[in-house]
Amino acid sequence: MTYQLSADPLALGGKSFNSRLIVGTGKYSNLQVMREALDKSGAEIVTVAVRRIDLNDRSGQSLLDYIDPRKCMILRNTAGCYSAEEAVRIANLGREAGLSDWVKLEVIGDEKTLFPDADGLLTATKILVKDGFVVLPYTNDDPVVARKLEDAGAAAVMPLGAPIGSGMGIQNPANIRIILENASVPVIVDAGVGTASDAAIAMELGCDAVLMNTGIAGASDPVAMAQAMKLAVEAGRLAYKAGRMAKKLYAAASSPLQGISR
Amino acid sequence: MLEINGEPRTVPGVQNVGQLLAQLGIVPERVAVELNHRIVRRKDWSTTPVSDRDRIEIVQFVGGG
Repeated sequence: MTYQLSADPLALGGKSFNSRLIVGTGKYSNLQVMREALDKSGAEIVTVAVRRIDLNDRSGQSLLDYIDPRKCMILRNTAGCYSAEEAVRIANLGREAGLSDWVKLEVIGDEKTLFPDADGLLTATKILVKDGFVVLPYTNDDPVVARKLEDAGAAAVMPLGAPIGSGMGIQNPANIRIILENASVPVIVDAGVGTASDAAIAMELGCDAVLMNTGIAGASDPVAMAQAMKLAVEAGRLAYKAGRMAKKLYAAASSPLQGISR
Repeated sequence: MLEINGEPRTVPGVQNVGQLLAQLGIVPERVAVELNHRIVRRKDWSTTPVSDRDRIEIVQFVGGG
C-alpha cells in the first residue's frame, strides 16, 4: 500500500494537517520567491513575526498578500523577545492583529546562539496557556524542560536541532529521542535544519514534524530546496513508520553463503 | 506630539486611534495597536482618545521563522 499523507495526518492543537513540514517566511530575497517556495514545500502552517510598521515607508508590499490563507495557517512567533514579559506582550499584540490564538513562543536567552531562556519560556507558557493560547514553544533539547513545558500545557514541544539559522542539523539526536519517549504532545524539531537529510533524520527519529526557515530561504535555489525538504520529511516519516533495520557492529551477508561457484 | 513606534510625531487633528491610523495611511487589517502599554481592541479604535505625549505602538506581520 502506498503511503498516503492524508492517512497519516499531524494532529496538532486540535487540528489536523497533511503536511509535517512547517516553514518560516523570513530571509527570502523577495516575496515572489517566498510564495513559490511555500507552495513547493506543501506547508500548511507558516510562521510570521510581529514587528513595528515602518511609518516612513508605506510603499512596502504586504506579506499576507503572498500567503494563501486557504492553504496555510499563519503561526505568529515572538521572535526577538528576551523575557517572558516581552513574549507575552508580543503574543497578545499578535493575537490582536488577528488570525488565531496560536503562537510559536520564543523567549531567547542569548544573542549569539539564540538559545531559549528555559525559565522565561516556562513562565510565558503558563501565562499564555491560561489566557487561551495554543502555545508551541521553541525550546532546547533538554528532556526535563520539554516535560515541564508539556506539563505547563504546551500544545507541542519544539526542540532545536542546532542554533537558529546555523544549518548544522540535528546535533543531539539522543536527546531528541529521549524527548520523544517522554512526550504525549507532538515533538517538532525547530531550528538548525540545513539540508534535506537533516529533516529526514529528524523524522526518522520519530518527530511529528519539522519547522525550518533558513534551510529553505538560505539555499541557493530556495524553491528547489523547498521541494527537497517536502520529500525529505515524507521520506523520513515513511522510513520511521516502516521500521528500520537494526544496526549491527559486524557484517551480515546479503547474498546466500551456499552454492558459491569456485 | 506623540511617540509612535519609538519616534516623535506630530499628527494634527487626530482625536482617536481610528483617526490616527487613517491619517497615517495604515490599512486596519492585520495591525495591532498599543497605547501607553495597553492593547487597544479594534472595536475600540474609534472611541479611544489620543492625547499629547501618548506612546503608541503599531505592529503588523512580517516574514519570520
